[in-house]
Amino acid sequence: MQTRTQPRFGTEELSVFYGTNEAVKKINMEFPEKSVTALIGPSGCGKSTFLRSLNRMNDEIASAKVVGKIWMDGEDLNDKDTDAITLRQKIGMVWQRPNPFYKSIYENIAFGPRYHGTKNKKQLDEIVEQSLRRAALWDEVKDRLKESALALSGGQQQRLCIARALSVSPQILLLDEPASALDPVSTGKVEELIIELKKELRIVIVTHNMQQAARVSDSTAYFYLGNLIEHDETTKLFSNPSNQMTQEYIMGRFG
Amino acid sequence: MENTKVVAEPKKRSFAKHHREDMIGKIYTNLCVLLLIVVIVSIVYFVASKGLSTFFKDGVSPIEFLFGTHWSPDGSPASFGALPFIGGSFVVSMLAALIAGPLSICAALFMTEIVPGKGKRILQPVIELLSGIPSVVYGFIGLTVLVPFISALTGGNSLGYGVGAGALVLSVMILPTITSIAADALASLPRGMREASYALGATRWQTIYRVVLPTLAPSLWTGVILGIARAFGEALAVQMVIGNAPFLPTSLLTSASTLTSVITLNMTNTSTGSVQNNVLWSMALMLLFMTFVFIIIVRLLQRRNKL
Repeated sequence: MQTRTQPRFGTEELSVFYGTNEAVKKINMEFPEKSVTALIGPSGCGKSTFLRSLNRMNDEIASAKVVGKIWMDGEDLNDKDTDAITLRQKIGMVWQRPNPFYKSIYENIAFGPRYHGTKNKKQLDEIVEQSLRRAALWDEVKDRLKESALALSGGQQQRLCIARALSVSPQILLLDEPASALDPVSTGKVEELIIELKKELRIVIVTHNMQQAARVSDSTAYFYLGNLIEHDETTKLFSNPSNQMTQEYIMGRFG
Repeated sequence: MENTKVVAEPKKRSFAKHHREDMIGKIYTNLCVLLLIVVIVSIVYFVASKGLSTFFKDGVSPIEFLFGTHWSPDGSPASFGALPFIGGSFVVSMLAALIAGPLSICAALFMTEIVPGKGKRILQPVIELLSGIPSVVYGFIGLTVLVPFISALTGGNSLGYGVGAGALVLSVMILPTITSIAADALASLPRGMREASYALGATRWQTIYRVVLPTLAPSLWTGVILGIARAFGEALAVQMVIGNAPFLPTSLLTSASTLTSVITLNMTNTSTGSVQNNVLWSMALMLLFMTFVFIIIVRLLQRRNKL
């Protein structure tokens, strides 16, 4: 397949423990480039926990322990010698609830690049414009970059958060139910954006909404009780799943 | 038809009962609030009428009171310049806030950001204990430990009493106030805010310095202002270590006085209605006024916080 020539990103026997509770159980998964992978499953199935471990966000939770390997270009990201700070620059994340900083629209975007050493005003202006354009927000906010980000609507805030994640040029974008707190119109915009963005980067999205998974993703993985039950092309998984449990879930018989 | 009547009757009765309960609750709370308002208004009125009679009845010039530096109520001619005390109060409170502010905010950061579980379990009770210690105990410790220590530090060239000792004692006293307000503010910060910063590749310190502190700045300032307000109003502990000389402080080691310490020292030595007594009320009025100012600042900060 293609994967041999392209940089790879995936997990090997990845488990996450909260105390002694194994929330995610030995997941082996590969995320192909320039595609959207959707993680679905009932609440508490471990899909969000799994997602958070991919950019080591679980490091920030004292009780969480992540075991196993996360491969990216031949490097194990979960190795304790791998700098979580640097890797998060390559793997961006957006959450369910929009969480802009209490700063201006401009400062929200310029924030990350400043951390990583871009001080030049002109360069920053460029990054801000580019990120906002990529998040399809530029036209709506270009005249009020100095205004507070909190003055934006929920949907705009969420696209701002996506723009903020893009500002440090990540190769991978992790989306944790990015549209579940938004109205249908904003949801549509975010979905369009995801499809647009996958031309440039890998996207992993957790969603509760199976129609959404079907609309935006190329492959879908079904999680249940911390196990990866099935991972296949989205069209195949929704039309002809190989596993009985997957079938029951997507038919809406439980979950 | 008959049925509806039977059902309607108890309904009406329960409605009347609920209505009566609501009325009783309403009357009770209204009475409580009314009582509170009456008490506050009478205190303000009393202090104001006493305090202002210095100027209207006794003919002391307000300019002299506010800006005069000579305090000699029993001299002839008597002079009532309260600037040394007003200045003393400000200097001591600001110095105390300058010492306690950074310490408290660091303590709050430690409790909520650095070692959330353990830090909070150990530090919180300690901070609460600090706020529970009576001010006379602080003053006593200051008097027996701090004052001789400062005196020894200067090689015996000073007695150790003064603005420096007062500010140090006050800073320990206002530490819990600022710390608990700052800790509450830190705990109220949405978790997503920190995560967003981490996910952009920020370190913990960058996150604290660039996201947490700027976002919470209004709340942190509220804590500092309330700390200053508390220091401003503290009388006993300061009076025990500040030296009580009626002069504007010129160094950390010079004896000085504050509005509160002058009031506590002199209130029993003056007879009610005399100009010497009334001028103390003028100082009390000044303290009251400053409290209003502090409250207004806090309100303005909170409005900014909502953004």
